Amino acid sequence: MPAKPPRERNGQLCKGRGATTELSHTFSKRAGKDLRKTLVTSHSRGKTMTMIKRGFAALAAGALSTALAMPASAEPVKFDFWFGLSGDLARVVDTLCKNFNASQKDYEVVCTSQGNYDATLQNTIAAFRAGKQPAVVQVYDVGTATMMLSGAYKPADKLMEENGYKIDYADYFPGIARYYATSKGEMLSFPFNSSTPLMYWNKDAFAKIGKTEAPKTWEDVGADLKALKDAGYECPMAINISANESWQLMEQFSALHNQPIATKNNGYDGLDARLEVNKTKFVQYVTDLKKWYDAGLIKIKSKDLGQDMVQAFASGTCQLILTSVGDHGTVGRTQKEGMKWDVAELPVYAGTERKNSLVGGASLWVLSGKSDAEYKGAAAFLNFIHDPKTALFWSTNTGYIPVTKSGFDYMKGQGFYDKAPYKGREVAIASLTASEPTEITRGIRLGNFTQIRAEFGTQMQAIFANKVSVQEGLDTLVKNGDAILDRFQQTYPGKTLP
Amino acid sequence: MEKRVTFGKWTIGILFAVPQLLLIFTFFYWPAGQAVYWSLTLQQPWGGGNIWVGLDNFRSILSNADYWSSITASLVFAGISTGLAMFIALVLAALTDRQLAGSRLYRVVLIWPYGIAAPALAMAFRFILAPEAGFMAMVNRVWPGIWDPGLDGADAMASIIVAFSWKYVGYNFIFFLAAFQAIPRSLIEAAAMDGSGVIRRFWDIQFPLITPTIFFLLVINITESFQDSFGIVDIMTAGGPANATNLMVYKIYSDGFKGLDYSGAAAQSIILMLLIIVLTIFQFRFIERRVHYR
Repeated sequence: MPAKPPRERNGQLCKGRGATTELSHTFSKRAGKDLRKTLVTSHSRGKTMTMIKRGFAALAAGALSTALAMPASAEPVKFDFWFGLSGDLARVVDTLCKNFNASQKDYEVVCTSQGNYDATLQNTIAAFRAGKQPAVVQVYDVGTATMMLSGAYKPADKLMEENGYKIDYADYFPGIARYYATSKGEMLSFPFNSSTPLMYWNKDAFAKIGKTEAPKTWEDVGADLKALKDAGYECPMAINISANESWQLMEQFSALHNQPIATKNNGYDGLDARLEVNKTKFVQYVTDLKKWYDAGLIKIKSKDLGQDMVQAFASGTCQLILTSVGDHGTVGRTQKEGMKWDVAELPVYAGTERKNSLVGGASLWVLSGKSDAEYKGAAAFLNFIHDPKTALFWSTNTGYIPVTKSGFDYMKGQGFYDKAPYKGREVAIASLTASEPTEITRGIRLGNFTQIRAEFGTQMQAIFANKVSVQEGLDTLVKNGDAILDRFQQTYPGKTLP
Repeated sequence: MEKRVTFGKWTIGILFAVPQLLLIFTFFYWPAGQAVYWSLTLQQPWGGGNIWVGLDNFRSILSNADYWSSITASLVFAGISTGLAMFIALVLAALTDRQLAGSRLYRVVLIWPYGIAAPALAMAFRFILAPEAGFMAMVNRVWPGIWDPGLDGADAMASIIVAFSWKYVGYNFIFFLAAFQAIPRSLIEAAAMDGSGVIRRFWDIQFPLITPTIFFLLVINITESFQDSFGIVDIMTAGGPANATNLMVYKIYSDGFKGLDYSGAAAQSIILMLLIIVLTIFQFRFIERRVHYR
């Protein structure tokens, strides 16, 4: 366990503030003594001093009586944490914040949900430009490149070192750490909520076609979908083809097959990286998906159409989906009574040497331009989140996976993965650690990747609506994506990724 | 001889105008000027600096085929939704003005749609028009696959047009009804006594007399269909499928805020502003000629 940093002194808080504000910061058992010290340090001379001296007795009495009502020893240092989760997950984050605040008395984190990842990044940028940024902010995986070039952060590893915390960075699962680390392996942000996609399959339906195990290759999937269709299932597999599904369909598929998404090792080695998904195995994958869609083996399910794919799977309508381990809890809670289902790693094409899947989710960045006191608080907060016990709390209440080996071991030791509702989530760890990350499966480090994902959705929709052929669609994706990358590079002339 | 009241010094006049000018400057000209500046530079989103690029942003936008299809989509959307919203509102107002049974109730009820926020109404229409649940599911059961806004761009465009028109029917209705009620009853009664029927009276008396309102609503509807469509597009289609409903204002939002391309978005908003100005000038120049203001 890292050492606790020295306590914040009251005096430090009071620098440059008027007498009344000081009082509000010094309600404490030792109020009288502290107050005198404070006042002496900050107003050693002048009329104010005499005035304050005169009223001192009365003020001190007031402070003491308040101190009786407030047992806290000192007003804690407040700092802001903005995050992008909403609904149930936001409530879990709020509890996490409460737990942190209750665990110690020196700092108080104020946690504010900004609704979603996009809005969090937008609002943080706006706040940063106005000089009102939060100390800690949650930024999603694909925002990493943008953050790295922003010059608006304080490196997380440096922050922890400065504040006397020792973090064993080798303890992070390499697949998770590399995604957020620089090309030299320094951690600029802390992995927070992490997930990876899994294949959810309906055991009852597969039993009908004589299968007791999930298909491991896409060739098997093709045959099984056909068999399911012949067995009378209307929707053997559900996918969606919006910007969001770039994650499991394009990014994860490419990682598992050790196929690049862009040159320069997916952008890790320079801003001049350009897309190349129109000439990798991904082309065959989209061709197969389209073929199965045309044959009625795959249905498109999205919220806009009435039912998203998780609902479609949980209700038993569709028998196979690819989605985040984060949906494991939702499926369990909303599934059709008595339905038997399980999760498996995403399939690969036959003859492929399987590589690790990529982490999805977000990491915590500490922004620049805050006070030392706030940085101390931020460091304590990151250290709290790093704790294996927090990992257990976090994973139990959400579908996210632990990010460190010690967290994973601790959870295993607690029997987390043996119990029914959580059983199966260890597959996600297996998928993430299937291999040492290669140059290509470290992650994706491309600028404005949100727009490239949007372009993915657009072109997939064009392909599935028969407006263009698979190759044409992917060529356009690469062409438009490259224009986006080009623009990003021009915006940061002469800069390189750390 | 000068009959108007005038100020001796021009400075006094300016002084009176200053508060208003300040407001306009702070909330309109200054941000607009900033947008122009941004459109001529490449802005780093975090404010780390910018590079002057002249008209490069405009060049790259105007040479992008997606942008032209976005302009086309916006014009189609503006044309059809304005036509639909104004036609339906006109018919409803004309009928309400005839004091048919229940017209007092309609007078109140038909105004409501305008009071509903765009995202809320978009959510409602998303349910109504969802191909697998909702009302359109029944249509799909009879003719499978006929309605598929998830993949068919025309269907998606139709759904946002329906939602937008529905909202603006309420708005237009208020103005049309007020215009109809401002027409002196005696004119219509005289025509009725001369033996002209309802349709005849509408075309010969009411319609010419409400042309100022029609013109006003035309300008407002077209302008709003470029600007107010954002909430509906965002909730119902998010610009898809395959950019079929990626209207100009939505593209500005997604490029600027989601894609953090502030300069490109600024340039697009300048183009949108120019387009609206041109359309409005066109309307005043060519359509207003046919308007009779008493």
